[in-house]
Amino acid sequence: MTHLDGNSLAGVLSELFRFDPTTASARCAGCGAIDVLARAMVWEGTPGTVVRCASCDNVLATIVESDDKLWLNFSGITAVEVRR
Amino acid sequence: MSGASDTAWRVGTVVEAHPETPSARRIIIDVDGWPGNIAGQHLDVRLTAPDGYSATRSYSIASAGPGSRVDLAVDKLPDGEVSPFLVDDLMVGDMLEIHGPLGGWFVWEPDAAPDAAAERDGGGSVAASARPVQLIGGGSGVVPLVAMIRSHVAADDSTPFRLLYSVRTPDDVFFSDVLADDGGMPALRVDLIYTRRAPDGWPVTPARITREVVESSVFPASDNPRVYLCGSTTFVETVAEWLVDLGHDPRSIRTERFGGTS
Repeated sequence: MTHLDGNSLAGVLSELFRFDPTTASARCAGCGAIDVLARAMVWEGTPGTVVRCASCDNVLATIVESDDKLWLNFSGITAVEVRR
Repeated sequence: MSGASDTAWRVGTVVEAHPETPSARRIIIDVDGWPGNIAGQHLDVRLTAPDGYSATRSYSIASAGPGSRVDLAVDKLPDGEVSPFLVDDLMVGDMLEIHGPLGGWFVWEPDAAPDAAAERDGGGSVAASARPVQLIGGGSGVVPLVAMIRSHVAADDSTPFRLLYSVRTPDDVFFSDVLADDGGMPALRVDLIYTRRAPDGWPVTPARITREVVESSVFPASDNPRVYLCGSTTFVETVAEWLVDLGHDPRSIRTERFGGTS
């Protein structure tokens, strides 16, 4: 399966955040690299979306959607910088 | 315009639809409550079947600025769930669920101040507007770049702009009407690369884009251009690697991948 990048997360994550999370910088729990979420690698599939660090391939986040619920796992991100 | 807080699901009405290439369709949608958008942003389209099954897909917007109309060019993916409907069946007057505008990263605005965005790009204290802009598109990846060109033209912006556009054949060129305007726009240069068939008399044999073509067509790294690169994942990653090899600062390269080749 071909991957996408973090730009593709703007739609689903805009339902949750007041800001555009794709322009927020995230620190990878695996390697410590800090980069905007738009530059992460994204695999869309079943049961959900896997977001990986572009530097070390560590899983930053997973997103699973159903019709009436959304499950988020951000355990691969240790910090996020958001422009106020 | 465009803040993430403006995003919402809205109802759009198709006001124009016509063939853009043999496999793609140009669709103009008037979206109720659309706040306008920045060049490079995308939107999500949601289709829902009578049985309740729904599918959502992202499409780049080829237009920019205020106003409630968005201009799309949708390429038909033969195995797709959404694009065959949009290309073959959607009619003027039909309504669609639209979410957007989305994405604040793969965007370009005229007269960008020397702000934090420039710092993040590695531009240091150089004003973003003083740096040339290199657009590189593969196939339908040119769509958000067309929005940037239109925004550049509409603002009478003096930033030097170049577009390197890789496309299979002359029939597959998207937005040839917009790109043909470069004769009157000294601040825009368009380089077309035909990969399978070129127009009669074209001086170059059709071939895949190469590192040498990229090197000879794009602003050199010494000009410190801001680069926007969009296309299939393979295209984007191949060209991005060449750019870094050629000395471009990775922080100055913004990319958007749309997945498999179409």
